[in-house]
Amino acid sequence: MEQVLRSYEEINEKIRTGKVVVVTAEEVIDLVAEKGVEKVAREVDVVTTGTFGTMCSSGAFLNIGHTKPRMKIHEAYLNGVMAYAGLAAVDLYIGATQPAKDDPLNKVHPGEFKYGGGHVIQDLVAGKDVLLEAYAYGTDCYPRKRLSTWINLKDLNEAYLFNPRNAYQNYNVAVNCSDRTIYTYLGVLLPRLGNAGYSSAGQLSPLLNDPYYKTIGIGTRIFLGGGVGYVAWQGTQHNPGVERTERGIPKGGAGTLAVIGDLKGMSSRWLWGMSLRGYGCSLAVGLGIPIPILSEEILYHCSVRDEEILAPVVDYSHAYPHGTGEILGYVSYAELRSGKIRLGGKEIPTSAQSSYAGAREVALTLKKWIQEGRFTLTQPAVPLPGVESGVRFKNLVERPVTTNAIP
Amino acid sequence: MSISKKVVLRFPSDIADRPLVCELALRFGLRFNILRASISPHREGIMVMDILGEEKEEVEEGLQYLRKAGVELESLSQDIRMVEERCVHCGSCVGVCPTGALFMERPSYLVRYDEGKCIACELCVLACPTHAMEAVI
Repeated sequence: MEQVLRSYEEINEKIRTGKVVVVTAEEVIDLVAEKGVEKVAREVDVVTTGTFGTMCSSGAFLNIGHTKPRMKIHEAYLNGVMAYAGLAAVDLYIGATQPAKDDPLNKVHPGEFKYGGGHVIQDLVAGKDVLLEAYAYGTDCYPRKRLSTWINLKDLNEAYLFNPRNAYQNYNVAVNCSDRTIYTYLGVLLPRLGNAGYSSAGQLSPLLNDPYYKTIGIGTRIFLGGGVGYVAWQGTQHNPGVERTERGIPKGGAGTLAVIGDLKGMSSRWLWGMSLRGYGCSLAVGLGIPIPILSEEILYHCSVRDEEILAPVVDYSHAYPHGTGEILGYVSYAELRSGKIRLGGKEIPTSAQSSYAGAREVALTLKKWIQEGRFTLTQPAVPLPGVESGVRFKNLVERPVTTNAIP
Repeated sequence: MSISKKVVLRFPSDIADRPLVCELALRFGLRFNILRASISPHREGIMVMDILGEEKEEVEEGLQYLRKAGVELESLSQDIRMVEERCVHCGSCVGVCPTGALFMERPSYLVRYDEGKCIACELCVLACPTHAMEAVI
């Protein structure tokens, strides 16, 4: 049994009395190199992590308040972007990747996707007025059929971000082996291995610093979009059972988080609408998680370096779209962040989709909040499914549909 | 003092087969760096190059030679501008920039833009997810 160095209560007491020792997941690397795991584990109470990158599976629930006469919204648009209205009367969900209804999409390839759900969220958080247009079929208790009004975040009853899948624990590196430029969610990829797109903060990324989910679980309080949020559930496609390195670092996309937080406390600096050419709209999310140093083992995992984190290189012109599973090789985040990787003797420049400077700033901001006593740690109510859970990410098995069986 | 001038050269199809650019070096002692070159289906050529010489007059003489030979000369028709407040420093642009005009400053990991190295290929405009890179005509 691993020796417990401190409890959540003890850490929070230190936060309240201003005695807590906090370092970022980047700073802890040098500390451990200098003093060793054992010593640093005794000195440091919390390690903060961070990431700031495009996270498509994001969105926000909004309750706009009731109109007079009442209306059960059936179809709604925010600045021309469709919001999901298949909920109660005036509850909406605006998804990050929803493009504006008049967007030409990829009809003229590669589409620009200038404005979408992610941009609506950024505008709301920035305090801008947003145009709501809504339609209903009318009922006896909700007779109104049309609505056109400006709304503002401050006037909404509730507005909370609920992102079904964020903070991917590691991810693919995308390259293009074909002879034409391709447009992907990992960026514009030039032909014949012209560049490589990647998207993880590596050594700063939350789940890469807690690879076995020893401290990050359901109920963990986090930095989300510049405000405070919580881990709500394991994210969609959570896949803890992938192959891992000796240090326990997954060698590809593995764990994910579903997160929730009050939009009203967030900032447009950390929720940024994205337009990925030829691919679609999205949202860059700033997310940071504090890791309590409850044991030496937890600290050891926080000291992981980019050199020790490997990502699979995948051809996004063929292997990825066709789901063949073929991996061209593995590269470390140290190589990726150096600006070039080597693959089969060829040097390939790298393009990040995730801002390392942003990740660092998230981790530093969270550190500051904890040092100033503004942010305390929560113990997870339930752990995330781990390696031993048997949880596996499955592909869809399609079943033939006969015409007369369609309801 | 050496000077450098970026120019767009258009070669009409009737002169596209003549060795003209090499004369910049042979006759006028100029150095040049070809930044972009392509030939259209009608065999017209376009070349973007950075010409380096010791004196402004030297460069002008070289360009005059090309003009007389039938090459159409233009300045770079557009500039690429970085709108700093829209940049989130992801680095999407860095890997597609062919000249290193966009680069990741270390150890800050902030994206920086050296306009002098830009050849206005516009790949960054395509790659930037936050509309931070703009072509200004």
